[in-house]
Amino acid sequence: MAVISFIDAITMAMREEMRRDPNVFVLGEDVGVRGGVFRATNGLIEEFGEARVIDTPLAESAIVGVGIGAAAYGMRPIAEIQFADFIMPAVNQIVSEAAKMRYRSNNDWNCPITIRAPFGGGVHGALYHSQSVEAMFTNVPGLKVVAPSTPYDAKGLLKAAIRDDDPVLFFEHKRCYRLIKGEVPEHDYVLPIGKADVKREGTDITVISYGLTLHFCLQAAEKLAQEGISAHVLDLRTLYPLDKEAIIEAASKTGKVLIVHEDNKEGGVGGEVAAIIAEHCLFDLDAPIKRLCGPDVPAMPYSPPMEKFFMLNPEKVLEAMRELANF
Amino acid sequence: MATKVLMPQLGESVTEGTISKWLVNVGDTVKKYDPLAEVTTDKVNAEVPSTVSGRVTEIVVPEGETVAVGTLILYIEESGAAGGSASPAQADAPVSAPAATQASTAATAQAAAPAVQSAPPARQAAGNDGAKQRYSPAVVMLSQQHGIDLSRVVGTGAGGRITRKDVQAIIDAGGQKPAEQVAEAQAPAAAPAPTAAPAQTAPAATPAPSVDIPVATGDQVVPVTPIRRTIANRMVQSKHEAPHAWTMIEVDVTNLVNFRNQVKAEFAKKEGLNLTFLPFFIKAVVEALKEYPMINSTWANDKIIVKKEINISIAVATDDALFVPVIKDADQKSILGIAKAVDDLAARTRAGKLTMDDMTGGTFTVNNTGSFGSVLSQPIINSPQAAILSVESIVKRPVVINDMIAVRSMVNLCMSLDHRVLDGLICGRFLQSVKQKLESIGPDTKLY
Repeated sequence: MAVISFIDAITMAMREEMRRDPNVFVLGEDVGVRGGVFRATNGLIEEFGEARVIDTPLAESAIVGVGIGAAAYGMRPIAEIQFADFIMPAVNQIVSEAAKMRYRSNNDWNCPITIRAPFGGGVHGALYHSQSVEAMFTNVPGLKVVAPSTPYDAKGLLKAAIRDDDPVLFFEHKRCYRLIKGEVPEHDYVLPIGKADVKREGTDITVISYGLTLHFCLQAAEKLAQEGISAHVLDLRTLYPLDKEAIIEAASKTGKVLIVHEDNKEGGVGGEVAAIIAEHCLFDLDAPIKRLCGPDVPAMPYSPPMEKFFMLNPEKVLEAMRELANF
Repeated sequence: MATKVLMPQLGESVTEGTISKWLVNVGDTVKKYDPLAEVTTDKVNAEVPSTVSGRVTEIVVPEGETVAVGTLILYIEESGAAGGSASPAQADAPVSAPAATQASTAATAQAAAPAVQSAPPARQAAGNDGAKQRYSPAVVMLSQQHGIDLSRVVGTGAGGRITRKDVQAIIDAGGQKPAEQVAEAQAPAAAPAPTAAPAQTAPAATPAPSVDIPVATGDQVVPVTPIRRTIANRMVQSKHEAPHAWTMIEVDVTNLVNFRNQVKAEFAKKEGLNLTFLPFFIKAVVEALKEYPMINSTWANDKIIVKKEINISIAVATDDALFVPVIKDADQKSILGIAKAVDDLAARTRAGKLTMDDMTGGTFTVNNTGSFGSVLSQPIINSPQAAILSVESIVKRPVVINDMIAVRSMVNLCMSLDHRVLDGLICGRFLQSVKQKLESIGPDTKLY
């Protein structure tokens, strides 16, 4: 099994799906000749041609809108939003059209679109290239929101998203693209959307995360193991709908829960995770449910020291985990 | 040299007490008369006041431990007596702690509240212990499911908090041993084997091992307070030791009712308190006890002690506990005197202000069960007394008098007796005497 980067796993998934199903096509800004600004679609236009790898104007509403129309026609579009920050012009198409199509047409129509969006900071991208916008979409029934953290999960889940008969919003942490590498099978496999994954077994504390911060949690857990603190790490993988069973099981296991994400704390996905635990696990809880998240400020600063302050890192996570373990 | 503080004598028949809570920590500065600890005896909860002003240097007896009266419980370094400046004679003489100045018979918390206000060190002590006594839902759940007494668990969490893992570790190790002194392994008197004295095998306030009764969803679990534990232990002890026999008579109190109706308005005006029926019943009982002194006695295994004094215990209930304060020398009191004593004891019981003296020395108990509408009851003897009488509700009933039916005010008097001491015959005679006295109450009866 080859060890490849997160972004290569994304490319591999798209390539395999395009080979498997002629209805699958890619559209977005600079996805064709350029191969994507992050090179996620690198080589696709050469293999599948410009009819299936479409460079679009700088209009996210059009990228998603065209995708929805094609999906209604029976195609399986993969719409790329170049940065998740730019998804705002397409919110109407995603929330009011794609997510509601099956429901409002009484099952006559469905919308098998996949919308890929690189999110998150730590790449000196500043205000408009660093945002975490997932929380905006995690209370929209009809939409699935996926955010993998490993190359293996990225490939399996992206293939599942493409094959899903309903719209899937697929967030890829851009810092993970080339930083995170892992073993990815070259054969075809899909992973179930809506299922979280235990990334590390432990007994003292439960840490729940997704995206880049999941790796901070794993690194911190490794260090804490040397101190005799055993951390159980759950990767949400799907942010909407949440895998309640897995969350309850993981929280009940230790009774001490830390939720970590880069997105702002207030109104973030962590709040919903905490609510699920509070509803179901009262008599297993041994400590207050803690959250470690990005600060509630408008955007990621450009200044490197400020960006460092804004971003979580393994040290910050480790400190929060240790504090919870000692409670 | 530090002054020794000893477990005080908290009542005439009290031989031991349990330190239910320390109100000071080592290093705290205390003033003379500041409360040092809450002590639970089988009679009351009380505070141990400091005998001197100074600094607490050592706490000898841990919380929860029951020790005999006179046992050294704590050292205080007297202010101004730093180092060896105190004369050896003065320092070596154990200062006998005075009897608790004020015993709080109500909830322990009531006694603790003023103490905390007046003594800042005590407040600090409570704060330090907060984490230890604040249990997470998981800890409470596990401890209940597995019958674990959390007061004996050493917490490893922040501030000594007991964590879920701490409890799980005990469960995994096969649960808590009944006499295991986990919390205070170094306690000198923590020998698990109890000595032969029966009193020591069942100290009043020592938490009993939890019984594994399943708690269903929605059930409320009410922790047993020291006073509730005392009530429970004493009831069990009485029922266990004294073979209870039971008898009841009917008394026609029509004349008493009429008489009271005549005089009560004037009495209230003159004396400032309501004239209830109870003083009349107590008076009749006291008079009858004088005729049958054997009723006013105690079983003492190889002998029966017939008491000279006639001190009547009366049962006074609060919302969550039952107390039996005592009317001393009831045989020397008029109906007015008894009425005043009853009123005073009832008021102070409800205010939680009974003293140790109020609680001790009873020789016979009168229980006013009629006050809550009962017409028949089987009281449990207030050990070590030999008998108890309950006065039921006065109700109007058709009664046959001289082959005619009349409407009369009737009352049932129920008596439980310790059959080791008393037999039915003497109790029957005693009750007949009480009945005769009550039925002959009339305009000639003296209230004063």
